[in-house]
This record gives sequence, structure tokens and C-alpha cells, in this order.
Amino acid sequence: MAAAIVCHGLVKRYGDITALDRLDLEVPTGSLFGFLGPNGAGKTTTIRLLTGLAWPTSGRAVVVGLDPTRGGIEFRQRISHQDQQSKLYGWMRGRELLEFVGRLFGFRGPDLRSRVDEVLEKTGLVEAAGRRVAGYSGGMRQRLNLAQALMNRPQVLFLDEPASSLDPAGRHDVLDLLSNLRGQVTVFMSSHILEDVEKVCDRVGIIDRGRLVADATMTELQARFAEPVFAIELEPGQAAAGADLETVLGQSALVGGIGREGAVLRVAVNDASRAGPEIMRILAASGVHVARFERIRPSLEDVFLRLVPSQRPPETRK
Amino acid sequence: MLLNKEISEQWRTGRLPVMAVIFLLFGLASPVIAKYTPDIVKLAASSIDIHVPTPTIKDAVAELIKNLSQVGVLAAILLAMGSVAGEKESGTAAFVLVKPVSRFAFLAAKFSGLALTMAAAVLICGLAAYLYTDLLFAPLTVLGFGAACLVILLGLLEIAAVTFLGSTLVRSSIPAAGIGIVALVVAGVVSSLPNIGHFTPFGLNELADNLALQQAATGWDLPLIVNAGFVVVALAASWLVFRRQEI
Repeated sequence: MAAAIVCHGLVKRYGDITALDRLDLEVPTGSLFGFLGPNGAGKTTTIRLLTGLAWPTSGRAVVVGLDPTRGGIEFRQRISHQDQQSKLYGWMRGRELLEFVGRLFGFRGPDLRSRVDEVLEKTGLVEAAGRRVAGYSGGMRQRLNLAQALMNRPQVLFLDEPASSLDPAGRHDVLDLLSNLRGQVTVFMSSHILEDVEKVCDRVGIIDRGRLVADATMTELQARFAEPVFAIELEPGQAAAGADLETVLGQSALVGGIGREGAVLRVAVNDASRAGPEIMRILAASGVHVARFERIRPSLEDVFLRLVPSQRPPETRK
Repeated sequence: MLLNKEISEQWRTGRLPVMAVIFLLFGLASPVIAKYTPDIVKLAASSIDIHVPTPTIKDAVAELIKNLSQVGVLAAILLAMGSVAGEKESGTAAFVLVKPVSRFAFLAAKFSGLALTMAAAVLICGLAAYLYTDLLFAPLTVLGFGAACLVILLGLLEIAAVTFLGSTLVRSSIPAAGIGIVALVVAGVVSSLPNIGHFTPFGLNELADNLALQQAATGWDLPLIVNAGFVVVALAASWLVFRRQEI
């Protein structure tokens, strides 16, 4: 499949600070690409470079076959951008804002009205369409921001934290909407909500301190980077025994790290086939009463925490 | 389309109505103040014998020009300071510029909206002052008075254009206002200098006075061109800065 977005050695420096360090990336056409990273990792800088709002210090990007810094009007006809930080025009009404955006993209008359109705329906804003944007809640504003980004039926849609201010139902709706775009639109979505990315994205890029540390499909990431994890749930009333068990497990060379969530110990290991029997042996010898012992499927969070060490809670490090 | 949005914004955010009311009040007040100043002075200092000359239409015009240029420059700075910087700060500039809109069109719509608001305010002020001057003194010629208002508007647009350039250069309204105020102070100082005073916005007040009173006004071609040139240069500089600016 041809790539909708290609970055070759993209670098962005602000004085002495390197916000983006030789980014090489390809996003296949029609895919939903999740772009993850801690705050200040370079996610927004990347989106700004790919949408032509900022210029790279070196390297180049190609989006829908055009250079964002030179693509001009033709380039901007084909992409869309939803920025979480944008305040939108608070004095406009919701429908009015979408009509304004539609006109910028060349929609007129009945086409404009029907497209506005369509995106209002898709984003669940029909009832709020006549209200002033200034009176919208954070979640409604985020929906409106997404609605305006859909107006031009873009080939590539850049989304910056598209569901961060939404309630669970709203998040579900937006993620559902994005899932339905699969195959029609290339979505480049930055987010810190790993669960959302895991739910809808086919491919994930992880960036840390300006450097891309992973770029693969979800399955590849889990296979390549997630440490195998065993969960041990103790029967109630065994706090002291649990603490002793934690100490003994921590001494095993096969254990990579231990985290505790209430009565559940999460034990990360390097080699599951050797560590499984070893943990069972330790459990049997300890005499603790175990309610559950299982090997759990590593999540995107496990991958993320492994690849971005600065984000790991202290108790999981070894 | 962008200009429509600018004018709607000026109206619906209250900037245009507030400007209209303020300028209307100054338009109405200027001839009234000129007419009744001697009476006010006599009332205030009734125990002292002060001779105050009888006010004439010249005083009405001078009062109007003084008020219009003083209030006008403040309004010009207030309107222009956030024009571009405010949109950059709030993220709405990025919201628009990532769409198929040229940066030239964005800037042109912004300054045109600003200029139209200023023009409407000066028109309202001028109409009010014209009617009250007629009522309290004598009629002014429509052409001469209209030309005087246009000359004042040009001076106000100069200050607005320099503040607009400041608003393009920076990301926040306050430093942009600072640039406008510096321009205002420089223009004020230079306007008092012989030979070059006419080439500043305040230097044009003398021309406006002459035009309103139908007095001879010769040798003003160059000052008018230079003052208009300042507007063009400030706008061109804004465009040069903005066309490659990261948003």
C-alpha cells in the first residue's frame, strides 16, 4: 500500500533544543496511525511540520504526495487538522462555524448545508448546532473541532488528542467514528490515552525525546517489545505474606520487575517459559493462598512503558 | 468570505458597536464643548473677570480634530493589537491557515476589517459633529468636511498599520500594543519638528483643519503620499514577516 505520509530524517530545532530528531516514518494510506509519547516528546511538533504550520530545520516530509511547506492551497484542500489547543471562534454558533469552514473549502448552497448536517449528525452535535461555541462544554468543543476537520472529506486527517475531553460515551462515539473512517481516510492521531489508540489504531509510532523508538503494527509491537507478564492475585488478608513473596520473587534472576495493584502482583519476566515454573515453585514454597495466577496479554501500555523508561513507575523498575 | 467573518466578528464581539457609541459621543460633544466652554469657564470662575473670546466654527472644528485624533489613535491601537497576535495566541490562526486560505488573504481580511471599523467610527463621529456644528454655529461644506475626515482617518490607519505590524511580529497582544504606543510617541515628537512634522499622522491635523474650513491647503501632496506610504510599507512588512512565519 502506498504511504500517505512519509518523513525522511525530519529534524526540528528551537535554538539549542532538538524537538524532533531525524524522524523517519511511513504511514500507509487508509490506516489509522496512533502517535504516542510523553508530554514534550515531539508529537505536536511533528503534526505542525506535517500540516505546514512549521518548517523543518532539515529533512523532508511528503503528505498526500506533496511537500507541506510548499504544497500551498492544493495541499491544504486535501488534509485536515484538529488541534486540541485551538479555542475556535467562540462568538460563532456551531453550525455557523462549520459553514465558515465549508466555505473555505469551496462548499456552497445546498452542498454546504447538507455537508454541515452530515458532520453535525456524525459528531452528535445536531441539537447544539444553534448555540454559541463559547457556551459549549469542553467535550462539545472537541466534537465540533472534529466535525470541522471532517468537513472537506480529507485524504489525511491529523488529530491531536481527539478524545481527551470526552466522557466515556463521547469517547466511544468518537472512536467508533474514527474506526468507520478506516480505509477511506488516513488518520494520524496523537494521544496519551493508550487504551484509545489500542482500540482503533492499526499501526503505532512511539516517540520519546524527539526520537521515534518504535513504529509497527499493534501485534508486532506486542510481540517485539512487551515483556511477558504474570498476574498473581492473593486471597484477602495476606498483606504480610504478599510483601515477603514480593521480596523473594524480586531476588529471582528471571524476574524483570514487579508492580503491585491492590491484591494483584504483576510480575514482568524476560523468558516466560522458564519463569512460569520458577514463579509457581516460589509460590508453592511461600505458602501464600493464591486466588488467581495467569500469564496476561501484554497491553500497549506495557509496550509503551518498556520503550519510554521515563514513564515507568519506580516500583516496576529493577 | 474572510472579510465577512472579520466584520461579523467586529460587530458580534461588540467592538464595532462600542467604537460607534464612543465616536458618536465625541462627535456630538466636540461642537458642544466648543460652544459652551466660555460659559463653563465663567461659571467656574465667577468671582474673577476673565475675557473669553466668543467661540466660532473654527473652535468647533479644532475641538473635533483634537478629540478625534486623540481618541482615534487609542482605538486604532486597541483594535490592531490583538488582530493577528490574538489569533496566533488562541490557536484560531492555525485553525484557519491549515485550510485552503492564503496568508495574504488572511492578513488582507484582517486589516480591511480593522480599517472598515475605523472608517465607520470616523463616519459616525463626523456626521454627528457636522450636524451639531450646523446647529450651534454654521454649516460646513460637505466636501471639505468629508475630506478632512478622510485625512484624519489616514492618520489613524497609520497608527493602526504599525500596531498591526507589531501584532504580526509577536504572539501576544500586549507587546503589539507596546509597538503601537512607541509609534504613537515617535509620531507625536516628530510632528512638533519644523519641516518634517507634516509627514506624521498628527501633522495631518493642520490639513484636516484647513480642508474643513475651506481654507487654502497647498503643498500637502507630498505629506499625504508619505503618510499613505507609511501604511503601505507597514502592511507590506507585515506580509513579508507573516508569509514565512511559523504559526
